Amino acid sequence: MLSTQLIYGIAGIVLFVLSLRVAFSTELFLRQVLAINVAGAGLFLTLLSVAFKGLEQPADPIPQALVLTGIVVAFSATALALALGKKLAENSPDER
Amino acid sequence: MNDSLIWLFAAPLLASLLSVLLPRKAVLICLFAVSITLISSLIVLSTVIESGAFYYALSGWQTGLAISLYVDGLSALMLVMTAIIATAISIYATAYFHNAEQQRFYWPLWMMLLCALNVLFIAADLFNLYVGLELLGLTAVALTAIDGKPEAIRAAIRYLVVGLLGSLAFLAGVSLVYTAYGTLDIAAISEQIQVNFYSGLIVTFITIGLIIKTALFPMHFWLPMAHANAPAVVSAALSALVIKVAFYLIIRLWLELFSDFNNVGISYLFSTLGALAILWGGWNALHAQRLKLLAAYSTIAQIGFLFMALGMILLLPDGEVRNTLIGGTVILAITHGFAKSALFLAAGIIQQHAGHDRINELSGTAQRLPITTFTLTLAGVALIGLPPSGAFLGKWYLISSVVAEGLWLWVAIILIGSLLSAAYIFRLLGHAFGRIERPKRLLAIGREEVPALLLALTATLLLAFTAAPLWSILENASGVYG
Repeated sequence: MLSTQLIYGIAGIVLFVLSLRVAFSTELFLRQVLAINVAGAGLFLTLLSVAFKGLEQPADPIPQALVLTGIVVAFSATALALALGKKLAENSPDER
Repeated sequence: MNDSLIWLFAAPLLASLLSVLLPRKAVLICLFAVSITLISSLIVLSTVIESGAFYYALSGWQTGLAISLYVDGLSALMLVMTAIIATAISIYATAYFHNAEQQRFYWPLWMMLLCALNVLFIAADLFNLYVGLELLGLTAVALTAIDGKPEAIRAAIRYLVVGLLGSLAFLAGVSLVYTAYGTLDIAAISEQIQVNFYSGLIVTFITIGLIIKTALFPMHFWLPMAHANAPAVVSAALSALVIKVAFYLIIRLWLELFSDFNNVGISYLFSTLGALAILWGGWNALHAQRLKLLAAYSTIAQIGFLFMALGMILLLPDGEVRNTLIGGTVILAITHGFAKSALFLAAGIIQQHAGHDRINELSGTAQRLPITTFTLTLAGVALIGLPPSGAFLGKWYLISSVVAEGLWLWVAIILIGSLLSAAYIFRLLGHAFGRIERPKRLLAIGREEVPALLLALTATLLLAFTAAPLWSILENASGVYG
């Protein structure tokens, strides 16, 4: 099912481009963090679609390992971002 | 003795985890780990000098499965530079923090940062580079925010967002590489890589990602805030090492993996961005009100010099002149590492001693902190590129290659850039040497002042007199990842 693979791949790229646009156009910190997360998800989707080798063969394990690592990294980066945002909000209540 | 390669990142990694578990012993553990990295980096360097560049497959797995590491002359020099600066910073840090909580967070994060730096210098596949960059970025951001002041946190947040965008671009490049070539091993890719639109996209993504990380103009905007608001002991590592590792990756990838994409346009692009960075950074450093801000803007200008040199390297044909310039660029980068860490550490001493780092109110520093003022002067000499500093040699080779190519505009910009750095350094020293009536001591805080002084001495004297062997070490750097 090549076409399914293509749809996933293109959807990933579209997600990546759209969320990068948001990340650059907004000043809101939370929006930026979310946009970067969605952009990451788009990349992961594209990478996973590359791993697909047809229904008969098992999928290529390397992209899956990469995506797994990428998710862990994105998770920790988001946690750090939120912790910093929270700290800033506590120290200067008028901002967020 | 190739196993010592493992300890370069294993020792700081273990120290980081252990110092979370045993916060009271953190200082001892981390100093021990730093000395291990120093010894291993020296062993690695001597191995490279004796038997040339080598590959190392982690825990003996076959190629393709193993995490592969690669060291040549260039990376061995970078490892030694990093280890020496890290040792000085660590000794300084034992006296720097007066807040127990900050100290508790500092050591694990700093060790993790050191681990990421060493991984980036020796990783031989793109995915480990990505993981290393993320680890580096996250720990650097956390360290920036460590003192909890609102300006520092705001700077850290901006640093984080920009850094994440950079890693995202890098990751996109890595994903494209895998879809196109089915491997992430740099040596394997360089055998297959072809010049086409798709690979062009890869090169663009990876280069943009790294340019953001190394704060090349016009991607420099996040740097002054982050480096000026972080504690001095952190800024020293950020400016001297974190920025440098991204530049190292760019020079490594462009000289080896991407060399087929090299053309006149690319080399002029790098040189032009470098030239703009030199002017912009120098001008702002001259007008900076605070010492640490001055140091941060000066970093932008220095990165400009490195990129101008990179552009010239890419422009030159293979041969003697080009190899000399590569050596000159490396010595420029190493000198900047030593000088800038010394400058930031000295700035930290002044800030703690005077309670501020406003340049206009630094009168009497030379009397109160004579050693630190001496450090500032030596670091300044190296940043301007006066003889006998290592930077003098680097700039000398840069200028001679520019003159040989007849690029007179670049000559003018290099000279203006050097004049600007002379101006901001002398403006700083002019204030520091202002006289006041005060009793004086030679050495106020030995554990902080001596490491800073040694770094500055290395930048100004040692590197100049030991420069000759550098080229022979770099000759081991030939070849595309083995």
